[in-house]
Amino acid sequence: MTIFRRSEFIIAAILLVAMIFIGLINPAFWSLDNMFGLLRSNVIIGIMALGVLVVMISGGIDVSFTAFAVAAMYLTVKGMLYFGYEGVLVPFIAATLIGLVLGAFNAFFIHTFRMIPLIVTLGTGSVVRGLLLGLVGTSIINIDKMPPELINFAKVNLVNSTSATGTNFGLTAMILIYLGLALVTHLFLRYTMIGRSIFAYGGAPEAAKRVGFDTRKTLFFVYCFAGALAGFAGLLQGSMIWQANPRDFAGFELDVIAAVVLGGASIFGGRGSVAGTLLGVFMLVMVKNSLIIMKVDTTWQRVVVGLIIVGATALTAWRDRKKLV
Amino acid sequence: MQKAPAFLIFADLHHSGESMSENLLELKNISKRFGGLVALDNVSLVVKPGEIHCLAGENGCGKSTIIKTIAGVYTPTEGEILIDGKPVTGFTPARSVQQGIQVIYQDFSLFGNLTVAENLALNTLLLEGKKSVSWKRIRDLATKALARLGVTMDLDADVESLPTSGKQIVAIARAMMGDARLIIMDEPTTALTRPEVDALFRIVRDIQAQGIAVLFVSHKMREMLEISERLTVLRNGKKVAEGPISDFNEAAITRAMTGHDLTDQTYEWTPVKGDEQPRLNVKQLSIPGMLENIDLTLRAGEIVGLSGLIGSGRTELALALFGMNPKYTGSVTIDGKAVHPKTVQDAIASGLAYVPEDRLTEGLFLTQSIERNMLATSFENFVSGMFIDRKKADAATKAMFGAMQIAAPGPQTPVNHLSGGNQQRVVLARWLLTGARVLILNGPTVGVDVGSKAQIHRKIRELATENGLAVLMISDDVPELVQNCNRVIVMHRGRFVDEVAADALNEDALNDRLKALK
Repeated sequence: MTIFRRSEFIIAAILLVAMIFIGLINPAFWSLDNMFGLLRSNVIIGIMALGVLVVMISGGIDVSFTAFAVAAMYLTVKGMLYFGYEGVLVPFIAATLIGLVLGAFNAFFIHTFRMIPLIVTLGTGSVVRGLLLGLVGTSIINIDKMPPELINFAKVNLVNSTSATGTNFGLTAMILIYLGLALVTHLFLRYTMIGRSIFAYGGAPEAAKRVGFDTRKTLFFVYCFAGALAGFAGLLQGSMIWQANPRDFAGFELDVIAAVVLGGASIFGGRGSVAGTLLGVFMLVMVKNSLIIMKVDTTWQRVVVGLIIVGATALTAWRDRKKLV
Repeated sequence: MQKAPAFLIFADLHHSGESMSENLLELKNISKRFGGLVALDNVSLVVKPGEIHCLAGENGCGKSTIIKTIAGVYTPTEGEILIDGKPVTGFTPARSVQQGIQVIYQDFSLFGNLTVAENLALNTLLLEGKKSVSWKRIRDLATKALARLGVTMDLDADVESLPTSGKQIVAIARAMMGDARLIIMDEPTTALTRPEVDALFRIVRDIQAQGIAVLFVSHKMREMLEISERLTVLRNGKKVAEGPISDFNEAAITRAMTGHDLTDQTYEWTPVKGDEQPRLNVKQLSIPGMLENIDLTLRAGEIVGLSGLIGSGRTELALALFGMNPKYTGSVTIDGKAVHPKTVQDAIASGLAYVPEDRLTEGLFLTQSIERNMLATSFENFVSGMFIDRKKADAATKAMFGAMQIAAPGPQTPVNHLSGGNQQRVVLARWLLTGARVLILNGPTVGVDVGSKAQIHRKIRELATENGLAVLMISDDVPELVQNCNRVIVMHRGRFVDEVAADALNEDALNDRLKALK
């Protein structure tokens, strides 16, 4: 546990240094306006990251969840329009369930055929995206057609303020959903047997089987959980940007994985924490945000995200290997 | 033919009739076949409550098949398993655990990423079918488990941060939770130092004092003689000997395990007259914080042992000589020529060979031919222009194949078709082809069974006497050093602190000096 605490401490320290540094270059960084904006950008990537964290602790990887998120969002919004439904709760439950069911496919292939999670999720992600565009539709549902209930729901702010230039801004209430889910994930990982089985499986799959964990259950749980969170985050994203785009989230999985790795989760499995992931997500969002403020071209942002993945993975790999000696 | 077994069975029945209630576990005429392969052939084994029983045999003799049969992983093809005198049918891993049988496998089956406390408590929580986790209860269970063994340990340490001995204690403590009646330990001393082995044996005796039987699976004779009360020896899937340990001595166990006697002649070195030039001469070699003023002279044909506790700097010295840690001060000469290898390639070129721990068995490309394996480190020597000089390489490997007396149809035979002893010869041949004159071996027979061990020793001696190599043998195995070295240097905290010359070299002398280091 000390190592856990230590790596989170290090992440937090790096984050603080980076924030001071960015603040020096760009004083506007510390403005309430910018901070609220940053936190808002944490919500979607953060919720998805919680799912990816759990997958990575189990020793796996998931690159299909963005496809599941898009599918859940687009299908749900289409469904709402078709039935003329005017609520919020049922659509979110539906989106979550769509993600969950799709996640179960991942678990099925990984468990039944003992396949490598990367290959399975590359495949299922591609299939789901393809089916969505081929069977459901390719057109973007814009604000004029978007169900207003969803937009209004995502518009709820915790605090409202007016900036010096006279524009209104606020802190989105969606951050509470994110933090709530984070808390639930943390409690669940730490205080339930299935949560511990994920750590055990990620640390030593064979030993987990030998001591009597139902590893099939563990795997199904892990990938369903990641799928469900992605489905939920997908619809929330649509609500927050007032648009349901069936081609959304392209390449976004890399950002999420980078954030989780940055948060200290081990690519070898068995290690990772919700607190670390929260920090990792914030750090990634902050870096990307700063690049935008500094008017760095978006193509270069891909370079930065890639470097972060390689750098953070190298660091955690080095940390984990050093411990073996 | 039929009468003898009938009589045996009768005798067996008679015996077990008397002690029916005494036997905790009885395997009766167990056979296990995998396809055409016979892993166990009519093996019987009796474990009494609270006894320390040793199951001995070389690698591949059927030890692990027996363990897995007792653990319920394998179903025997023929034969019967009795627990408390009652036959059990449909034996499964879960039923084996219910009967109080716990197996500690060589890999311990622990979770390196979890804490000591959680590793200890998980089984119990799982057995209770818990859904939620109380960390207080985890600590309580763990504290209790360790107290039962009489050891203290940081409950919050990650298991992967523990030394092997610590992991083993966790594994034993975990096995004892619940109502263990028989704990099976598979090669428990393989990665332990002597003091750790002593500590383990104290624990094993403690376990016994609590009325739990221990089945100790091993191929190390001394340890068997030291710890066990009764012994069963397997060879090629058959039981070849059993009885109280007082019926056995080292030679008898060796004979039973290997089927023949092994020499225990010590190594004698006679300096070659007129060849006074040392093979290797190290003067004042130092690396700050690691090695201090090392002076070492090896002459042709010498086998010099390097003993000491783990962390004494033995491996560091080998790595420095072999170009893997070139930042040293002092001088090194090989055959009178000053060298300072900065890379492994340099070291090989200057006539050094270093075989790290396990490499004798694991440094082979198993699916590749003997020839390719032999050439793996010396291709440079057989290059003309851009290409490998096939003729020259063929001639060299053929000569080496003959010289090493490798039992195989020819140099093209894949290495995985060879026996362990022959594989070792291939590795040694590989180093000879590099033209090495100084051979450094680190733990040359760690994890190797008696038969192959003797073969390796014989070959190392031949290399020294016949090829005039100087050998530096780093080892924790005191008998190995005593038997094969003409002198043994004791290292401690980066310095040479002692040397035992040939006339004073015996196991007690060396053990005493090692103990004095603490």
